[in-house]
Amino acid sequence: MRSRRSVILGLGGAAGALAFTLGLGWWRTSSRQTQDVVPLPLPLSEMSFTLTTHRGENLSPADWIGKPTMVFFGFTWCPDVCPTTLSDISNWLEALGTEADRLNVALITVDPERDSPEILAEYLSYFDPRILGLTGPLSEIERAAAGFRVWFEKQPRDDGYTMNHTAGVFLFRADGSFANIIDFHEDRSFALPKIRRAMR
Amino acid sequence: MKHILLTAFTLLAATPALACNSVSFGDLTVEHAWSRATIGASRPAVFYVEISNTGDTDDALIGIATPAAESPILHETVVTDGVASMPHAMSIPLPAGQAVQLAPGGYHGMLTGLTAALNEGDSFPVTLTFQNAGAVTITVDVLSMRAAGLECDHAAQ
Repeated sequence: MRSRRSVILGLGGAAGALAFTLGLGWWRTSSRQTQDVVPLPLPLSEMSFTLTTHRGENLSPADWIGKPTMVFFGFTWCPDVCPTTLSDISNWLEALGTEADRLNVALITVDPERDSPEILAEYLSYFDPRILGLTGPLSEIERAAAGFRVWFEKQPRDDGYTMNHTAGVFLFRADGSFANIIDFHEDRSFALPKIRRAMR
Repeated sequence: MKHILLTAFTLLAATPALACNSVSFGDLTVEHAWSRATIGASRPAVFYVEISNTGDTDDALIGIATPAAESPILHETVVTDGVASMPHAMSIPLPAGQAVQLAPGGYHGMLTGLTAALNEGDSFPVTLTFQNAGAVTITVDVLSMRAAGLECDHAAQ
């Protein structure tokens, strides 16, 4: 585990390493207090879940292998982090131009209770059309989160609830291996080089 | 007619430069107030603004009110171990001589219980209440859901 982590840290360089450490998500069952070794997302080939796209098709992580993949967890009732990240992702895709056509890009909802395929379709129509929305039964969302080592939880509010969730953008290479994370608060100028590196 | 002009203007410019409202009172300047369009009225909207305190005394933003929403609350997006949450901010400090931004990924107003959907090109008033300076009302421009910030004609950004 330690050597695997070192290899990836080495690839990203110092800036990447910082963002990597800050950006890693946590799986629900693990303690968020103290952990010496932060778990990495699994390779896509070792993940197992079946979700429904905003176009109504089934999708499994195996479908992504063969192209580099960019994944973000969020929800459409989210006022700040999610539209900001989807706007960033849309800008990155536009900056990559037609190159981005060979990327899988997905938003996995952490709020399947409200985010149906139809709701996701309407929401995503405001962003780059290459972003795919994924939803499904909570159990399948949890299996996906487990694979990505993503933490999410429902936060009750007076007027309903909101969701706390891992906010980084995950990058995988075409072979499905984990490449990097673009952290929510890192300098956005690091994002395009990270994406390009995952696309090599 | 106004709507047609607005639409044409929006089509011409991807990020339309707006005149933008700026309000100065006492030592505070409040400007660049914007929000994002919403789908329907059931989702919470957001409120961003920039506040400069040019005085010698600290102040704080302690509340917001608007006829556009039943329950406008100050929040801060906090990312801990990569996990984003939005705790309620009781007050937002405005240190003397500094400018503070309510901006994507940080402090923001969350407008729940919208009285109507916010559409791009709309504007609505928000009243900000400060600990020392009192209250002031500013006009908020509604930008597209993809907007990352307000570009103003007069702004030196």
